[in-house]
Amino acid sequence: MFDWRWNFVLEILPRLLLATGYTLVAAGIGYLIAVFLGLIFLLAQRTPYWAVNKLVREWVEFIRSTPLVLQIFFIFFVGPQFGIRLSPWTSGMIAIGLHYASYLSEVYRGGLDSVPKGQWEAALALDLSIPRTYFRIIIPQALPPSIAGMGNYLVGIFKDTPMLSVIGVTELMHTANAIGAENYRFLEPYTMVGVIFLLISLPAAAMVKVLDGRVRTKAGVQK
Amino acid sequence: MGYLEFLQSYGPQFVDGAAITVAQMVLATALAISIALSAGMMLLSPNKFVSRPARVYVELLRGTSLLVQLYWIFFVLPLLGITLDKFFAGFIAVGMNLGAYGAEVVRGAILSVPKEQWEAAVALNMSPRTRMARIILPQAFLIMLPPCGNLLIELLKGTALVALISVTDLMFVAKQINGSTYLSAQAFGTALILYYILARFAITPTMRYLERVMARRVGRI
Repeated sequence: MFDWRWNFVLEILPRLLLATGYTLVAAGIGYLIAVFLGLIFLLAQRTPYWAVNKLVREWVEFIRSTPLVLQIFFIFFVGPQFGIRLSPWTSGMIAIGLHYASYLSEVYRGGLDSVPKGQWEAALALDLSIPRTYFRIIIPQALPPSIAGMGNYLVGIFKDTPMLSVIGVTELMHTANAIGAENYRFLEPYTMVGVIFLLISLPAAAMVKVLDGRVRTKAGVQK
Repeated sequence: MGYLEFLQSYGPQFVDGAAITVAQMVLATALAISIALSAGMMLLSPNKFVSRPARVYVELLRGTSLLVQLYWIFFVLPLLGITLDKFFAGFIAVGMNLGAYGAEVVRGAILSVPKEQWEAAVALNMSPRTRMARIILPQAFLIMLPPCGNLLIELLKGTALVALISVTDLMFVAKQINGSTYLSAQAFGTALILYYILARFAITPTMRYLERVMARRVGRI
């Protein structure tokens, strides 16, 4: 019944590890997009225009409450309908970046909200310029409470990359599918994908925890 | 073809798909809640033989992707002698995955019930069972409802993945219509809107309502 073949595992391991590399690259690029786009989403909710803020807020809610896999399909297939051809990689990165930007903007918002109002007032009273207020006063205090959320979503992006396989990005899941189809053996490839994910995401989550603790101690913020 | 015409010809298919999505969601939610409650309480057990298995379960399911788990349950379990129908495999995978996240929420909520409440229950000589059922859990429910609302939306989003093992849910219908008409914006756009409606106008208000009811029952209003 339990027919696990170690030599098959060894045979497919190099391909799986290469694909793991692609997965990590995809997660990294997606995260970079999300970090910057999330900042834009946050700032767009803090404009002086009530209607803009409300609209962006609803847009963020919309992205957050619809499935990523559907957004990946949407971006990949809708482009060509209007004459824009996006490669699987490009559309996948846009979809993941967009999806997690909406989560990260919430994390940033939480961080900013945690800075006491008195800090803004003090900066104003000292006649600090707006960039100086942000970079020297607000962001150093808003960052520590955001670290855990930002780190968790990095691990989250990593765990969501298998969805990119549906449009043919050759990441880990896609490679496992291909190996399974070529050899008519799914036990080892799928199990190894699970093992690889565990081996990366568990230490990563632990590292986020350690980093979070360090930043908090350094900033003098209590848990 | 205008969008209204599109809706006229494909609307019924979307409704059927949405019905399957809702069925998957309800079944997965029931499974996730029972797993979250039992695993969450097991995590807090002082007995290692009880808490360790729950910890392994939670880390195993939170450490890998839902899609990987879904494929594993659907394609690998049959090789080990357990064959599940795709509909069952779908909501079982989603429920097991979200149950692991829920277990952490349950654990956190129970821990954040004020210590005095535990002490008062002990002082009144309540048995551990009564203490948990009558004093701690009702207050913990109130604490866990807001994060559970977020998890439910994650669960709804998770059910979209069952389309990849050919369960004919909303996502599957959208893919099918896209394949036969090439009207991608309409097909995927409609599905996106339907998911949004389910999340924003079904799940969120229900959770708000539950929060009010629970707050009243615990006597916070």
